[in-house]
Amino acid sequence: MPSSNSAPQTGALLRSSPAEVNRRVIGALLIRELLTRYGRNNIGFLWLFVEPAAFILIVTFVWAFVKNIQRTNIPIVAFALTGYSSMLLWRYTAGRCIGAVKSNKALLYHRQVTIMDIFLARILLELIAMSAAVFVLTILFYSIGWLTLPEDVMEVIAGWALLCWLSMGLAMTLGGLSEKADFVKRVWHPFSYLLMVVSGVAFTVDALPTGLQHAALWVPMVNAVEMIRDGWFGSDFHAHFDIPFVVACNVALTLVGVSLVRQIGFDSESESGGDE
Amino acid sequence: MIRLTNVCKDYPTRVGPRRVLDNVNLVIRPGERVGILGRNGAGKSTLIRLISGAEPPTRGTIERNMSVSWPLAFSGGFQGSLTGADNVRFICRIYGVDFEPRFEFVKEFSELGIYINEPVSSYSSGMRARLAFAISMTIDFDCYLMDEVMAVGDSRFRERCRVELFEKRPDKAMLIVSHSHRYLKGTCDRFLLFRDGAIEEHADFEEVYFQYKALLGEAFDSKEQMVAEMQ
Repeated sequence: MPSSNSAPQTGALLRSSPAEVNRRVIGALLIRELLTRYGRNNIGFLWLFVEPAAFILIVTFVWAFVKNIQRTNIPIVAFALTGYSSMLLWRYTAGRCIGAVKSNKALLYHRQVTIMDIFLARILLELIAMSAAVFVLTILFYSIGWLTLPEDVMEVIAGWALLCWLSMGLAMTLGGLSEKADFVKRVWHPFSYLLMVVSGVAFTVDALPTGLQHAALWVPMVNAVEMIRDGWFGSDFHAHFDIPFVVACNVALTLVGVSLVRQIGFDSESESGGDE
Repeated sequence: MIRLTNVCKDYPTRVGPRRVLDNVNLVIRPGERVGILGRNGAGKSTLIRLISGAEPPTRGTIERNMSVSWPLAFSGGFQGSLTGADNVRFICRIYGVDFEPRFEFVKEFSELGIYINEPVSSYSSGMRARLAFAISMTIDFDCYLMDEVMAVGDSRFRERCRVELFEKRPDKAMLIVSHSHRYLKGTCDRFLLFRDGAIEEHADFEEVYFQYKALLGEAFDSKEQMVAEMQ
């Protein structure tokens, strides 16, 4: 947002408080990313919702058929919405941060733009977009009677917040690692598919064999998804999750992520850094 | 003031780190115009990047008590899918300045006409250069960095840039990388010659240009001959 300071005195501007500069830069980067990704033409910003909505619709239809075969009490639309949006959240956020520096390197010529700003802007955009998509889809499915609203909204929000935090830590860690080694990008793709399978998109812990239940709870995403589902339709199934474990994972990932991101630039590899 | 103390910069290569700048010490005071010469790959652009803050030095410190511009007319920061106006707006946002008056200036100076609202990817390189230079002029800095900018645009645009930069901003410090003697000679009051990662300081243009030509392997027999040929 343009501030009210109209005097073209950049010396003073650069000295304005770091928090203020950060806020401004991240805001500007956010808008830039938005315009770049969704553009102004076609249905533009609507893609924000259409993309995950299409995914979730397809999954819901597929699982609606599965449900006919399997017979369970779990509300399928709520199950698909919570599972699929959770998976998209961490997958998209991480995906956006791998190689983020390369495409934005030229912006580092502006003294107040830092690598951390670039990451934070991308992460924020992804978190906001997915959260908005879930919100809109909830209203949409509710209004046509496919979905009941959460039993405990606060628990859903808390679970989603934990997952947002997890996504942020994961994205910074992977983003930082991908700047160190190119193969991270290649390894992450197959690994993320594996993680999708075990992340609780398509199962509830309670439905697993007892031996596997314990193992599944070692995946932080599973805990968060269980928590979200507990808040949404907890009376229909027995949820298993461990909040302190997720928080511990989040703290660890955030610390590792932040330190990796801060290391970028100190071993910048390309001599032609800022060229087009 | 900008002060570089014992600055080194290494870049990794397959055969280990290559030192591009070796123990550089340099002070740039307000209002000074510093011309920079050297062969390709001698470290001129690296120095500009370090001073602009786009990259940290491998060793040593850089103090800045002046605001430093991004390299002038640098169009690498443009996002092709954004319009010229979007790019102006982005710059105004990150520098926290009003958009409207600056947009008016950019529209007028860049002479892009209706193209200001078209994606930058549809611009010719000359249009990009005009936009980039105009945007550079919207933010006021104490020190401007220029890396081979004046090679852009037609002669009329170059002349307008010269007026905007040197006549309207006589009190600003400038670091100018250029191969053009015409450009450096009348403009700068200090010269730096890059040689093997080290910097030699010269006050006299003819001296530094004579040595620079020798470095390129195009040595003149004498300074007199050089001056004659430069006419």
